[in-house]
Amino acid sequence: MGWTSRRESKQRRIAQIARYLEGKLVRPDAIVPLLETLLQPGDRVVLEGDNQKQADFLSRALVQVDPQRVHDLHLLIPSISRPEHLTLFERGIARRVDFSFAGPQSLRMAQLLEDGVLEIGAIYTYIELYARMFVDLTPDIALLCAQQADRDGNLYTGANTEDTPTLIEAAAFRHGVVLVQVNEIVAELPRVDIPGSWVDLVVRADRPFALEPLFTRDPREIGELEVLMGMMVIRGIYERHGVTALNHGIGFATAAIELLLPTYGETLGLRRRICRHWALNPHPTLIPAIESGWVDSVHSFGGEVGMEDYVRARPDVFFTGADGSLRSNRLLCQLAGQYGVDLFIGSTLQMDADGNSSTVTLGRLAGFGGAPNMGHDPKGRRHSSPPWLSLITAEAPIVRGRKLVVQLVETFQRGGVPSLVDSLDAVEVARHSGMPIAPVMIYGEDLSHVVSEEGIAYLYKAQGAEERRAALAAIAGATPIGRRADAQRTASLRARGIVAYPEDLGVRRTEARRSLLAARSIEDLVEWSGGLYRPPARFRSW
Amino acid sequence: MEQLKFSYPARQTLSRRVHVGVVGSGDLEVLMEPSPDGQAHVSVTTSVAGFAAVWQHVLDRFFSRFDGAAAIEINDAGATPGVVLLRLEQAAEALRE
Repeated sequence: MGWTSRRESKQRRIAQIARYLEGKLVRPDAIVPLLETLLQPGDRVVLEGDNQKQADFLSRALVQVDPQRVHDLHLLIPSISRPEHLTLFERGIARRVDFSFAGPQSLRMAQLLEDGVLEIGAIYTYIELYARMFVDLTPDIALLCAQQADRDGNLYTGANTEDTPTLIEAAAFRHGVVLVQVNEIVAELPRVDIPGSWVDLVVRADRPFALEPLFTRDPREIGELEVLMGMMVIRGIYERHGVTALNHGIGFATAAIELLLPTYGETLGLRRRICRHWALNPHPTLIPAIESGWVDSVHSFGGEVGMEDYVRARPDVFFTGADGSLRSNRLLCQLAGQYGVDLFIGSTLQMDADGNSSTVTLGRLAGFGGAPNMGHDPKGRRHSSPPWLSLITAEAPIVRGRKLVVQLVETFQRGGVPSLVDSLDAVEVARHSGMPIAPVMIYGEDLSHVVSEEGIAYLYKAQGAEERRAALAAIAGATPIGRRADAQRTASLRARGIVAYPEDLGVRRTEARRSLLAARSIEDLVEWSGGLYRPPARFRSW
Repeated sequence: MEQLKFSYPARQTLSRRVHVGVVGSGDLEVLMEPSPDGQAHVSVTTSVAGFAAVWQHVLDRFFSRFDGAAAIEINDAGATPGVVLLRLEQAAEALRE
């Protein structure tokens, strides 16, 4: 037995498909026979499957291979978004999957799991899956997408670089075969995002790779509850703790915060004192704050459809190459969001009395995406910053600071369904699907603050689990958990600053109007951007 | 449509009338004026029937912090309990100013 079996296996595979190639370039009409020859049963295949972009020419081709020749593949798909991703299992081409997010396909995922059509290795956050690709889940084959390639296989991934550099590194340096679909093959790239020596095969796709505008929120859908919660966050958290570096999870409440900075934040004199450095996708709702001089830097996980020209025109703010276009990077932005910022804030649809939150509901298998990586207190952090230190409550020779981890939760959902519940649906889902543990998005023990439309619970100040539950009940509105709040206990918590209602923060509920938002429509955002922001068709009403 | 009525003890008198909100989808309007008999009375007209218990809870919560002798009229078009409490608190805030 030699020591070069992986390298030799790769050389054999490439030799077997030589007839479909011209140098590194694959004849597009030969993609299905090439995949049938290249792939072996049981191969571990990473399929790009990123959050925003999808290598859909390759997935649409893969679903056409003969299951007699290619079967029982073990797929690694960070984000299961395309219908054909799941057709692969129904056809027996794939058998096992490790993934992070399945939002658009969560219903079908749950059904296929129930019917025994697919097996799940595990469900991860994005960077945990990538971590495993360098340990025990190294891909044999990588099926990826890029904007452009030259004939040497150098790649331009541009604004939508996302996960490609990470996935390709795991495959290329363990002798996996790397096949990349591109929108165009050109003589000269605007810049080289990935060197050609990492790339084995390039194919020009039948159409540009699929791309979803996942981070665009129409300001028209922001209501007064979100405005009130946003005002409380700016006053009671960002100002109080001096938060200059942060990450916003996606949602209407966080979009409201972004749109309140140039208005409400300005009246408080907070420009240049908070919210200067962001780990954030190019949210259109951040445009007014950028234009008003609030923002020094934004590093992005991926791109956002329609924001390309605006980003090009603001290279002092965004990470751009010498060519002028955005360079995103999921792995590095997740790292920035984990260790490099002092605050994470996100929204949840369901939370229990201890502050554990989950988006999982019965009948849907959605996974985690990236939020848990930002939404926890990283115990490996060693560097201090004023906000991190401001969460220390003990006096002792050995103490540590804490990351601000904030959850926004409206007490009720549409239809009068309480968001604050005694038992998360996730507990029942775990039991029903045979998961080893309940899939929790953010753990209550990591939470430093909870914000409802009633007020803020400064959980980091509470002593012990029982006091934390009392603080949460004090802002839990008319939910069953809220009804258990004892009026005297709540008054005492308010006096000690563990709970704050709007009046305790100097926030007037009657000011919580949509007119306080810097932009109230997509058209307003376009105007703020001087016409540089070009919203995708579905967001345009003109 | 459903009509619900509730009463609560009160201590403070009201000096004026206030009106917040609109009867739009997912919203409600709250009209508050001084009560004639020193108690607080709430009359709810809602387009969504079957939530009497939830209305009770929301009002219990509001009145645990509000002791005005108010005659309150609520016209609701399917607002969530969070929005209802917000409008009631907005009305109370308007009274204080």
